[in-house]
Amino acid sequence: MNTTAEATTSFPNGPGAAAVLAAGIGSFALGLFAVLADKIPSIKSWMNFSNLTGPLSGVTTMALIVWLAAWTVLHARWRGREVRFAPVSRIALALLALGILLTFPPIADLF
Amino acid sequence: MEITTRSLWTLIHGMGFGALYLLACSGAIVELYRRYCSHNPAHPTHRDETFLRVYLVAMAALAWLAVITGSYLIYPWYRAKPPAGATDLSAFPRSLLLSSPHTSAWHTMGMEWKEYIAWIAPIAITMAAVVVLQYGRRLKDHPPLRNTILCFVWASLLAAGIAGFFGAMLNKNAPVEGGGTIHLVQGEAK
Repeated sequence: MNTTAEATTSFPNGPGAAAVLAAGIGSFALGLFAVLADKIPSIKSWMNFSNLTGPLSGVTTMALIVWLAAWTVLHARWRGREVRFAPVSRIALALLALGILLTFPPIADLF
Repeated sequence: MEITTRSLWTLIHGMGFGALYLLACSGAIVELYRRYCSHNPAHPTHRDETFLRVYLVAMAALAWLAVITGSYLIYPWYRAKPPAGATDLSAFPRSLLLSSPHTSAWHTMGMEWKEYIAWIAPIAITMAAVVVLQYGRRLKDHPPLRNTILCFVWASLLAAGIAGFFGAMLNKNAPVEGGGTIHLVQGEAK
């Protein structure tokens, strides 16, 4: 995906696009890890970072790591650049919606 | 009039952090839409900019406090396993809910959805706060970015609303109780 475009404003949209896409990735990772921890016993056991909280501790910690790592990488790539925002926004919102849907138990139970 | 420490923490988590976050969401949506929409001829002032920055950072703090107290303080009390052969499950909310087909879905649907979806709220609002900190008044020059942030704030409202609804209903059906007792007011015997 070629996301580079001519700068049209005084402050580039790259940092904002990086933050938005990373939030979408983090939300999707949360839903995905929740499903994986629910369906695969070995992942459920691995996600048990804290015995008090159970797999919730691993699911949320891993989702936060994915979110912050994605944000760091995207920010480094798009800092100071103008990017084509429409596809970035569509992908971020789709990932957000998928993340929300995957946390819904009846949908998670389909897998 | 007295309250247990676990009940007090549940109140702080739900009414203090969670409910305040839900209330603040509507303000953030209105402010982002009204002040920063491209067809509003008035440019946001420095004061508007500072206000929204502080407001969103406070919201992010509330969202993180809500999920951290919920997941690491209250949830362990909720999911504690009763000793073998226990018949009084009132101190073990998860087991109490699962012991009856009339209440088990509050756990299998309610808690299992709430425990994960709640974490969407701090991710979304932290992103919104950081973007507003970076862009400030210049956000008005980026309508698609502002609209996408608004969508994320709406999503955080949805996530916090679902978590709040199930939190209230779970606590109604199987309250998290226990710990020490705090005496608030000494009543009179009649």
